[in-house]
Amino acid sequence: MKAPVGSKLTERDVTPEAVYLNRRQYLKASAVGAAALLAPTLKASESAYGTDSAPLWLKSQNKQASPSPFSTTEKLTPYEYVTGYNNFYEFGTGKDDPEKYGQDFKPHPWQVTVSGLAEGTGTFDLEDLLKGLEVEERIYRLRCVEAWSMVIPWLGVPMAALLQRLKPLSSARYVAFETVYRPEEMPGQSSFFAAIDYPYIEGLRMDEAMHPLTLMATGVYGRSLPNQNGAPLRLVVPWKYGFKSIKSIRKITFTDRQPQTTWEKSNAREYGFYANVNPAVDHPRWRQSEERRLPSALFASNRVPTLPFNGYAESVAGLYQGMDLRKYY
Amino acid sequence: MDKMLLTRWFWLILFLPFVFAGIRVAQVVWYDASALGPDPAQNLVDLFGTIALWFLCAVLFVTPVQTVIKTRWLLRQRRALGVACFAYALLHWLSYAGLLLEWQWQNLGQDLLNRPYIIVGFLAGLMLAVLAGTSNNTSVRALGLRWRILHRLVYPAALLILIHMFWVARSDYTEVVLYTAVVLLLLLHRWRQRVKPA
Repeated sequence: MKAPVGSKLTERDVTPEAVYLNRRQYLKASAVGAAALLAPTLKASESAYGTDSAPLWLKSQNKQASPSPFSTTEKLTPYEYVTGYNNFYEFGTGKDDPEKYGQDFKPHPWQVTVSGLAEGTGTFDLEDLLKGLEVEERIYRLRCVEAWSMVIPWLGVPMAALLQRLKPLSSARYVAFETVYRPEEMPGQSSFFAAIDYPYIEGLRMDEAMHPLTLMATGVYGRSLPNQNGAPLRLVVPWKYGFKSIKSIRKITFTDRQPQTTWEKSNAREYGFYANVNPAVDHPRWRQSEERRLPSALFASNRVPTLPFNGYAESVAGLYQGMDLRKYY
Repeated sequence: MDKMLLTRWFWLILFLPFVFAGIRVAQVVWYDASALGPDPAQNLVDLFGTIALWFLCAVLFVTPVQTVIKTRWLLRQRRALGVACFAYALLHWLSYAGLLLEWQWQNLGQDLLNRPYIIVGFLAGLMLAVLAGTSNNTSVRALGLRWRILHRLVYPAALLILIHMFWVARSDYTEVVLYTAVVLLLLLHRWRQRVKPA
């Protein structure tokens, strides 16, 4: 496994940890039986999970997904909730709005514009951008900043593999992502009383982006991403609050300056650039020490303690060594 | 329509949201666990809060409507509307404290001390409780003129509820702006009535 590029840590700090996690996860997975574990999602028939109208190349690339040692063995949140209970304000702020109002969105054909401090800048067809990259299935916890969480079987390519293909310059310290801006297909983008600016912008430090856990997702539950989940291409950073995992990515920019993200612009006191899951730092308006693992029941709300870095501390805490996580929330 | 019949239909309306919520809860318990979505407790908290707000608006609507259509009947139903508002606000709090937080008293107390939107919401709830508690005939007679003054608490309660909503919202202020506009218009109407020479 390659050490993350642009990391502030030395090779000695990071590699053994990543390898350690790797080995440990393999052991855990094989103990339970990796095949049995991953079979239900990978071999799921398409009909069980809605109509997949993605182009053939994407479907077949997603179908070849291999299981990942980074996957958790926790109980999956059912498909109907993963795709029916979303925060994707471009389609409306209600949790069921994205499914309701996302159906007119046309994610194909799709192009991604790469700019900034990289050799591989330009505008690319999604197919070319992803060609030859191996899709993996990764079952991650997703912790929303609103104190609920899910367990989701994503399909996607390691972000590091995708970004390396774009040959970022050594001067690139951050990477910014931008969601497509199409008010005619995304009713929420023209909402009059919305307190956030569109297009939606997110960003990561280069070492975060290149971390082996960081995923560029192309599918979920064995199929291509439904519109409400960020079709056709979205970020998944499992140790950060969900709003960092930007959807329907249209632009990637390498930069030497920390990008100003949409939520920071909207309310910097509540939403910081890092947004690492942290039970010790409350949201100014609510506690972050626990979460409701969805689906939650009416008379048993399924509260579980929130873990530092959403339970991925072992492999990512090193990225933030020496940083005051209260200040850089 | 016969006034008695009208009153009966009116009372039905007060219970309709409760019946609706009850059916959903029964559905969740006995039939389809997903009837209230993946976060049913949160769903109920939001539902009861919204209904309480509707009844609060209805209470404030009574006086202006009454000046237009000149009926004593509506004025007599105001008490029921107000008690319904309190009842749904209580259900709002019960589902938050009992279902969402599962009666973790320490966290409930912490939230009440530290979260401004909970503080104002709780204060508004206390005011509604005082109003509902003094809505019976005995209290009206016993308090006399002071009853009218006491029941002006409905105005600060309404404002606190709007602040509660503003502070709960994450980014979309459409709903709370609309409710604020409605409440402010109603308050403005009151104020103009008051300053008019008798």
